[in-house]
Amino acid sequence: MSESIALNHADGSPVFLDTEGKHHPENGTLLGFWIYLLSDLMVFGSLFATFGVLAHAYAAGPSGGDLFDLRLIAANTAILLLSSITYGFAMLAMLKRNVRATIGWLLVTGMLGLAFLAIEVYEFHHLVHLGAGPQRSAFLSAFFALVGTHGLHVLFGVVWLVVLCVQVGKWGLNRTTTRRIACLSMFWHFLDVVWIGVFTFVYLMGVL
Amino acid sequence: MSLDPSTVAHSPLTGRMAWDAVPMLHDPILAVTFAGTCLGGLVVLALVTRYRLWGTLWRDWFTSIDHKKIGIMYMVLGLVMLLRGFSDAIMMRLQQAIAFGDNLGYLPPHHYDQIFTAHGVIMIFFVAMPFVTGLMNYVVPLQIGARDVAFPFLNNFSFWMTTAGAMLVMLSLFFGEFSTSGWLALSNLGNQDPGVGLDYYIWALQIAGVGTLLSGVNLVVTIIKMRAPGMAMMKMPVFTWTALCTNVLIVVSFPVLTAVLALMALDRYLGMNFFSNDLGGNAMLYVNLIWIWGHPEVYILILPIFGVFSEVVSTYSGKRLFGYSSMVYATVCITVLSYLVWLHHFFTMGSGASVNSFFGITTMIISIPTGAKIFNWLFTMYRGRIRFEVPMLWTMGFMVTFVVGGMTGVLLAVPPADFVLHNSLFLIAHFHNVIIGGVVFGVFAAITYWFPKAFGFKLDDFWGKVSFWFWLTGYWFAFTPLYVLGLMGVTRRMSHFDDPSLQIWFQVALFGAVLVAIGIAAFLVCLVVSFRRREQLRDASGDPWGGRTLEWSTSSPPPDYNFAFTPVVHDTDAWSDMKRRGFRRSERGFLPIHMPRNTGAGVVLSALSTLCGFALIWHIWWLAAASLLAVVAYAIWHSFDRDRDYHIPAEDVAATEAARSRQLDHARVEHVHV
Repeated sequence: MSESIALNHADGSPVFLDTEGKHHPENGTLLGFWIYLLSDLMVFGSLFATFGVLAHAYAAGPSGGDLFDLRLIAANTAILLLSSITYGFAMLAMLKRNVRATIGWLLVTGMLGLAFLAIEVYEFHHLVHLGAGPQRSAFLSAFFALVGTHGLHVLFGVVWLVVLCVQVGKWGLNRTTTRRIACLSMFWHFLDVVWIGVFTFVYLMGVL
Repeated sequence: MSLDPSTVAHSPLTGRMAWDAVPMLHDPILAVTFAGTCLGGLVVLALVTRYRLWGTLWRDWFTSIDHKKIGIMYMVLGLVMLLRGFSDAIMMRLQQAIAFGDNLGYLPPHHYDQIFTAHGVIMIFFVAMPFVTGLMNYVVPLQIGARDVAFPFLNNFSFWMTTAGAMLVMLSLFFGEFSTSGWLALSNLGNQDPGVGLDYYIWALQIAGVGTLLSGVNLVVTIIKMRAPGMAMMKMPVFTWTALCTNVLIVVSFPVLTAVLALMALDRYLGMNFFSNDLGGNAMLYVNLIWIWGHPEVYILILPIFGVFSEVVSTYSGKRLFGYSSMVYATVCITVLSYLVWLHHFFTMGSGASVNSFFGITTMIISIPTGAKIFNWLFTMYRGRIRFEVPMLWTMGFMVTFVVGGMTGVLLAVPPADFVLHNSLFLIAHFHNVIIGGVVFGVFAAITYWFPKAFGFKLDDFWGKVSFWFWLTGYWFAFTPLYVLGLMGVTRRMSHFDDPSLQIWFQVALFGAVLVAIGIAAFLVCLVVSFRRREQLRDASGDPWGGRTLEWSTSSPPPDYNFAFTPVVHDTDAWSDMKRRGFRRSERGFLPIHMPRNTGAGVVLSALSTLCGFALIWHIWWLAAASLLAVVAYAIWHSFDRDRDYHIPAEDVAATEAARSRQLDHARVEHVHV
């Protein structure tokens, strides 16, 4: 509600209509995106719960301790966390209305995202090569489903990011593009938060 | 007929699709259904062409992002699918009434299993959900004084995704088969069932689920951000409150369905082991996850209907709703509690006395806020000036029927009793008692109540009453025998019985189903008769029932922009308050109105998704990949489209409002003559 609207006229009689067109509902996109993230969190919540139930269902196969290379995963975690910082720089550049710096930082973020995905693909490939693919045990099914879903989200984020860079290049920083950059920012940080959960519960506790 | 991967060749071009996958070639029932469907479809297409309606259908409806039109399209979808779902129901009733002893009935077990699965899936996902979503879509923006929902394009997209899911279920009738695992696929046997039925189930629900989730996000934002000035949360109409709670439930529970269906798909498509019996899989994990979505789902259906009854009771009693704030708190309580009861669907899992007691008690607690609501409605009627219009009849039918269903529900919530009654016909009788007595009666009350708002004329009284009485008596004849049979130990989903002493009960139930069929037919007759008598039934005032909330302050049907000037709200019953304190329409000083533009993007995306789902079901990998890429590419292309809105010029608003003034004057004159 952009301007406050009086409920009563000066003479005390009630106002029933906004005849001056003062009422403009706020743009709800950011709230809508928060709510979407909540629902996505429920998807991850279900996958975490599934992993929790199946975490020790090794079916006489390998466990996390046998499989995970924590140094590789720590490096990957660092890359993803760094990409959140670079996205923050993109936001700062956007607030300063600097189109080139915004696109530049977005592209750096995208490159870090791709690096994260490349390492994840390498890890998955390595596991399958060892005979520890998703079909091997319920534990590995749950592992691949959870980590893979996160990876697919990152991939989606990178595609979205490229599209946004094209749009910012084309239209500059207008209301539409700034709103979209803000939404993607929330999405990107959200994926970081989820990854911290994955790193802790899947990798660290899996190796313990 | 079931598809065995060892006999069905996989062609790179057509996947597992082959001529013998078309069951109507062997099954006369399906062949006749197919012929009937094609004939019906052709007649509709011919009529649309004959009356040159293609243009208007595409421009004014399919591509429309007006919440009112999308709401009506949801209702049409629900009504069409109701006919399909009811055909399944009466086929089951007929089979069970005759299949005793040597008589095997007319449906082979495999076909019967598909029918009870399709019946449940269709009735919940493609009848009740579209009805409820359609009502919220139509009514909520009008009740809160908004011009549309928060994301109008998303709304159109959601509708078409729901329709895509319905299309896939209908396709399964003619290509391949449908799932035989019950409406929640509880006996899905992981990756061991090779047929396409379960794949139809997965992708139909997955695609429709996307639509439902997005429409949930949309309506939550609409209600939080777009209320008219002065409408604090505790001044929202009760229907809007229940819609808010329902959509919160949708947003939080549907992702669980998405996740669990995805895991089942991984089991089936990639040979993973989430729910399988070997390599560590856990079938009870599936049961838990699906009910974590499934129990909130039943409240998603019933809460908005509680809102409908609240509006109807207070309007036809001519009184403010009794206990508004207790009604709101009861709704919020039910919203929260609906997450804490899922395990009561499988007390027999063996989780132990403590866990079962917890879920038994939380379940019983839900009856407290629900009971409070019943008392609120009764006290609203108490000393009211009650008008027994058709929506009020449905409401009273609901109150009597639903209370019985609620009590049998409390009975089932007692774990030791549930061990006896689990999966018996008693359970079937219980949930039909609350879903028919609650959701279905409520939907008919709502349709009759808001029909004049949507179309400008009331529904015919006589046929509405015929429909009500046949539904009410039909319900009791059809399901009371099932309570009895359930207590005698008869289990659900049987296609044949040996004990001849049971037959009479099934015959009575069939009689009840026939009464319901007459009730449905009477409703269709009611639509036709009302359309033909529309001039006599015309509602010129926009407020045919003496309504209390803002939707009744607009013309019937409302203009595209709903409100020329946004109303300012002082009271819970905003329109009553305006009428009481001498509200006058403003007839000049109109401003241009900013509106979103129609788009065909929702239709295109949903068509591509249907194609993708169909390709995945039949393992046509190239088509699945191509249509998925097309979805992504089209969505990206659409994000470059900036021509999304326009202004209705002030002169056009003035012309529409002047016509409205003439209509009101005319109505007043006629009123004097009468």
